[in-house]
Amino acid sequence: MAMAQVGGLGFVALLALLASANAADAPFAFHMALIAVIALGWAVWILRNMDVSGRTIPLREAETGYMDGVVRAGVIATVFWGVVGFLVGVVIALQLGYPELNVDGLSFTNFSRLRPLHTSAVIFAFGGNALIATSFYVVQRTSGARLALGKAGWFVFWGYQLFIVLAATGYLMGQTQSREYAEPEWYVDLWLTIVWVVYLAVFLGTILKRKEPHIYVANWFYLAFIVTIAMLHVVNNLAIPVSFLGSKSYSAFSGAQDALIQWWYGHNAVGFFLTAGFLGMMYYFIPKQAERPVYSYRLSIVHFWSLIFLYIWAGPHHLHYTALPDWAQTLGMVFSIMLWMPSWGGMINGLMTLSGAWDKLRTDPIIRMMVIAVAFYGMSTFEGPMMSVKAVNSLSHYTDWTIGHVHSGALGWVGMISFGAVYYLTPRLWNRERLYSLRLVNWHFWLATIGIVLYASAMWVAGIMQGLMWREYDELGFLVYSFIETVAAMHPYFVIRALGGILYLTGALLMAFNVWKTIRGDLRQEVPMGAVQPAE
Amino acid sequence: MADIKQPHTGGPQGVERDEPTGQITTGHEWDGIKELDTPMPRWWLWTFYGTIVWALGYVILYPAWPLVHDATRGVLGWSSRGQVQEALVEAAQAQGGFRDRIASLSLEDIRQDPELLRFAQAGGRSAFQVNCSQCHGSGAAGSVGYPNLNDDEWLWGGTLEEIHATIVNGARFVGNDDTHVSEMPAFGDGVLDRAQIEQVANYVLSLSGSPHDAAKAEAGAPLFADNCAACHGDAGQGDASVGAPALNDQIWLYSGKLDAIVAQIQRPRHGVMPAWGHRLDPTTIKELALYVHGLGGGK
Repeated sequence: MAMAQVGGLGFVALLALLASANAADAPFAFHMALIAVIALGWAVWILRNMDVSGRTIPLREAETGYMDGVVRAGVIATVFWGVVGFLVGVVIALQLGYPELNVDGLSFTNFSRLRPLHTSAVIFAFGGNALIATSFYVVQRTSGARLALGKAGWFVFWGYQLFIVLAATGYLMGQTQSREYAEPEWYVDLWLTIVWVVYLAVFLGTILKRKEPHIYVANWFYLAFIVTIAMLHVVNNLAIPVSFLGSKSYSAFSGAQDALIQWWYGHNAVGFFLTAGFLGMMYYFIPKQAERPVYSYRLSIVHFWSLIFLYIWAGPHHLHYTALPDWAQTLGMVFSIMLWMPSWGGMINGLMTLSGAWDKLRTDPIIRMMVIAVAFYGMSTFEGPMMSVKAVNSLSHYTDWTIGHVHSGALGWVGMISFGAVYYLTPRLWNRERLYSLRLVNWHFWLATIGIVLYASAMWVAGIMQGLMWREYDELGFLVYSFIETVAAMHPYFVIRALGGILYLTGALLMAFNVWKTIRGDLRQEVPMGAVQPAE
Repeated sequence: MADIKQPHTGGPQGVERDEPTGQITTGHEWDGIKELDTPMPRWWLWTFYGTIVWALGYVILYPAWPLVHDATRGVLGWSSRGQVQEALVEAAQAQGGFRDRIASLSLEDIRQDPELLRFAQAGGRSAFQVNCSQCHGSGAAGSVGYPNLNDDEWLWGGTLEEIHATIVNGARFVGNDDTHVSEMPAFGDGVLDRAQIEQVANYVLSLSGSPHDAAKAEAGAPLFADNCAACHGDAGQGDASVGAPALNDQIWLYSGKLDAIVAQIQRPRHGVMPAWGHRLDPTTIKELALYVHGLGGGK
């Protein structure tokens, strides 16, 4: 078996080397060489771990019966990619405030290359790893079953990391399909498709093996996320490669249809990746951390089905006042308005689950993080439908208001709920008595919260100002401002935004330190949160 | 860490009452998580119904339902193209009187009418911010290689008519037959040697009283007369008919540094300005000409 694996990896390495040598462009050559190196390294690792009888040395696995190694790896990857993604975000925020930071001759460090790196690192690398890791943890616990399909879970983890590395290095080398949040080229897309189908099989297989009679609500949301992302990813990335040995491809769609497909994907990446997936996370970690039952089972059913039914139609609101036919714009808008309450169902269930445990907000910064996450979720899922209204959109579209909206959701909701999950998981996964320091979590909470407030308020002001300047007419009926004047006016807000990002990044670095110390088994001697300072 | 849980039987027998809220649970349990059987909040449900009713009304009023070849138009008859058209008509009506008069009058006549001139310059400024500021700067102060339009030195002439012609046809713009042409030759291609070019450059510097090497400038004077004066004039006063800049002032298109002047003589750069005649309407171009002329240096 091991020798067959080595042979298979050697074959993959050979094919990749051949593809690299005959590549039509440099990024493709680099990626194929990278795959060859990884395959060879993996083969060497298998050989080194093989004993003479031909069997690999068994990996040490925890005794819980659950497959937690891959979740541990996922938690570390989440923290790592989170820090990377936030750091790149700070860099590009500074580049917008201080354009001279786009250095001549260092094309791979320019805003245009780093921007997709930032969005993908945060959404797919940080958010994706958080979702995969927590979904593997949650589905095992709530099904009372070990992860299905043996080591396939590890394939999902490493396969996904390879996707991230291929995507990220591709961006830096200038590779792009020019589709927002779907920039990687065709061969990277194909690889992700394979990884994702295995992910679906592992998750669904575990649910099928479950010992519980019902499927827990968190798993409905995780499953909706996995299934819909598979569909969105495949359809939006339908493309014809120019050459099988080159990275360039052309979309199967064109014109307004192409734009509609892209925003059907783009909006549902928000809906099913950043909303449904993280609602799955919320439905497990909030009741566990609060030690309270879920507020309303009926609400969870109705808001789940209405959310997934309505979300999928809302994409056209990204294309108001464009070549997209009016009827499609109308439908995108009304579905977005109807989406308001289904989105808020999750907020109500999250917040009200704390009834009877509100006192924990005083002593438990992890609960505090989860509550602020749900609060930002509620705010941005109100803001979203509002911005989909044509009259509002005609002001907000193409301005930094959109950027502010995305970040109140991403930093506030996705980030905070993931941090809460990481803090919940780390001591349990590594079998520690508690986290290294709860007071550091409190610092993280305040740094992140102040960071988000600075970020979001700066972008609201900047975006609305920008929109108003663009449409400002003088008393004779002429446009008042040139484009560059609107950019210059935003400089102070760009600086405030970068400051908010720096605070958020600092919080994440504290988390990385805290997680690392907890994994090592260190416990900080500190006064418990909420406790009265003992008299000396 | 708990071992894998024993299966729960679920069902009504697991139902219990939750102390803090007084609600009963559903009887399900997963990894210690239970669910309350709380009814959906009424305000939530009614707001949800409200958005659905609103949506139904909206799709009747506005274009919404795709049909085979078309879509429903909505009872209000609204369309986004119609909205743009209305806004354009409204704007045109508001400016109508002024725009019509600008279209029909000569540039000089417009300049004599203070009210009309004020309108034209406001329109010109607006069009300048959108179309011209990228090269000439939003204050029209120019940049290296892009002339400053606030001063009284004009490459192609500073009268209203000349400025207008430059905007319509551009300079060295491929595809326009009336564009300004004339290119300074590359004197480094066998006409002058390196030492001679440096002498001419020093002479050019001396014309505006800039710091220079007097000996070299003296040697450069006859070279200037033979090679440069035909376009730039005997005293370096320039000639707008061939786009030759004046060299006897402190206004430099590229740079007044010796190295830059040497480079320009050696192998000159030839700036290009697009022809706007086929991109902007004639009234807007008139407004632009009046705006640029009025910046301070118009002749």
